[in-house]
Amino acid sequence: MSTKTPSRLEKILAAGHLAVTSECGPPRGSSGEIITKKAEMIKHYVDAINITDNQTSVTRLCSLAACIRLKLMGLEPILQMVTRDRNRIALQSDILGAASFDIHNILCLSGDHQQFGNNPQGQNVFDLDSMQLIQTVRHMRDEGKFLGGDDIDQPPKMFVGAAANPFADPFEIRVPRLAKKIAAGVEFIQTQCIYNLEKFELWMKQVRDRGLHEKVYILAGVTPFKSAGMAKYMKNRVPGMDVPDEVVQRMSGVPKEKQPEEGINICVESIQRLKEVEGLRGFHVMAIEWEEMVPEIVERIGLYPRPEIE
Amino acid sequence: MRLTYPDSIRIIRLPCTGKVDVIHMMKAFQRGADGAYVVGCLEGECHFLTGNLRAKKRVVYTKKLLDEIGIGGERLEMYNIAASDGPRFAEVAKEMHERIKALGPNPIKGALQNKKAA
Amino acid sequence: MIVAEKKPIDEIIGFVRDCKKILVVGCNECVTVCYAGGKKEVEILASALEMAFMKEGKELEVKEVTLERQCDHEYLEEIRNIIDEYDAVISLACGVGVQFMAEKYFRTPIYPGVDTLFMGVTEERGVWAERCQGCGQCMLGKTAGICPVSRCAKRLFNGPCGGSTKGKCEISKELDCAWQLIIDRLKELGRLDDYDELIAIKDWSTERAGGPRRLVREDLQP
Repeated sequence: MSTKTPSRLEKILAAGHLAVTSECGPPRGSSGEIITKKAEMIKHYVDAINITDNQTSVTRLCSLAACIRLKLMGLEPILQMVTRDRNRIALQSDILGAASFDIHNILCLSGDHQQFGNNPQGQNVFDLDSMQLIQTVRHMRDEGKFLGGDDIDQPPKMFVGAAANPFADPFEIRVPRLAKKIAAGVEFIQTQCIYNLEKFELWMKQVRDRGLHEKVYILAGVTPFKSAGMAKYMKNRVPGMDVPDEVVQRMSGVPKEKQPEEGINICVESIQRLKEVEGLRGFHVMAIEWEEMVPEIVERIGLYPRPEIE
Repeated sequence: MRLTYPDSIRIIRLPCTGKVDVIHMMKAFQRGADGAYVVGCLEGECHFLTGNLRAKKRVVYTKKLLDEIGIGGERLEMYNIAASDGPRFAEVAKEMHERIKALGPNPIKGALQNKKAA
Repeated sequence: MIVAEKKPIDEIIGFVRDCKKILVVGCNECVTVCYAGGKKEVEILASALEMAFMKEGKELEVKEVTLERQCDHEYLEEIRNIIDEYDAVISLACGVGVQFMAEKYFRTPIYPGVDTLFMGVTEERGVWAERCQGCGQCMLGKTAGICPVSRCAKRLFNGPCGGSTKGKCEISKELDCAWQLIIDRLKELGRLDDYDELIAIKDWSTERAGGPRRLVREDLQP
């Protein structure tokens, strides 16, 4: 497959390799050092690194600045952009800002509602939704125009991604929703973290039945549990998350000191099983506040070293 | 039954406590009542089905409002007593009498008397 | 209708703390239907204010009036010959009425007695819910009669988001997921294929974002 952008991630996927991405959460302060440290831990084990955008509506160092920092380190950033906080002017502006630093990957999201975070009294924007943002980036790249119709002086060359959640309700609409995102122009997908492997395999089957796996690169999201408490929290308190009881029991069934190890085991076993799923093109390892485990996970799933790509 | 209860109590008869509205309870205090209480049928036995339940909610609302304006929601209460239960009626009357005595007069009594005098 | 809710009594007392004679004006329409500012609520507020003042040893004379509406000149005119007798007015109309009264009687302080919330429906007695945000470009024809602008917390046009859980919104179990409702309705109507169509980026210029709005119908002007 040919590539449309200078994105390293796109090149790896187009060459037929299984891609590995991970994410860094920026700090709740102005220390760029923290990003640097996190990136250093994982840089040899991943093809690209997502920087989250004020996730769960908690104000953090902005994704764009952190992506620039990664780029200056010689790494491949994925700019996560939510439509909750910025109108179309700011969204297009930030896309140009990213492109000006040769950042070529963007993940288009709506964003968690600000009720969740530490700014529940704030306004939200939602000028566009995530699908309309996908359309916008493609329009800027392929048509070379702003939404208002004017020409862009040096259009951005972005590889456009989005999220997919096979576990949110209603289940029957999740595949049509993916189809819609593809129609909007999305080129790669990172899914919400997977614990219910059966449900995910069912979703992938429906994806394949519609031929969607050939129109978009799908990366499976995984997150290792650090503790049984974390498993329970994610099961009960995070919307759109599906954690089967057996998984929680597996975590609770081992003594506290052994739980992190068990969490990594579950994660690695899941990935081994997911590797067999037809149509899956890679893995998005989200080791929240546990970035130091990414190298072990990538090694154990047999995806280290990462391919060299020109 | 010829039981006794304190003569501080004035009775206002209604076909159902569902007729009691917030404004009636407010006016009672505005006119100088030191206390007021609403006596309805036992829950589930309202002749008009839910009249006493509506009254209960209105009493709660009015108690809160009376607290907010500094008159005191404890001066108002809702009771459910079977129509035939004379002893309980007398008991409640004594209870409220004691409660209101302990609370003292309605805080606006002074202002009302001045108004009258003026 | 416009749904509003009574303001806390201490806030209202704060407005008229230094007054001796006030007018409390209710409205017979929306705020009556949602029990916030009709004739009954005017009575209750008047009683509460009088008692609150008496308790502090102060006097407050309250006149109670309920107008048919406070958003039309004709009805507001009805108090023109009495308003100058009062130190202040508490209007229990929605924000529209309070402002219109203040524009008309600009020498008298007009205070709001309710918090205006939204345009909505009476779902059941005692429960009102938002349905419309006045975006100025109604798209209910595309979404099976359910509005994503007013009922989706993120006003997504191509929802649902990944937080939709068992038909409820991620921000509250009490809130229906608008897109679940839309999908269910499209199914009922045999139009689930409509879902595949990408809804275009909204023109928000007719909404609040475009500035305070005004509608002129020349065919109706004198």
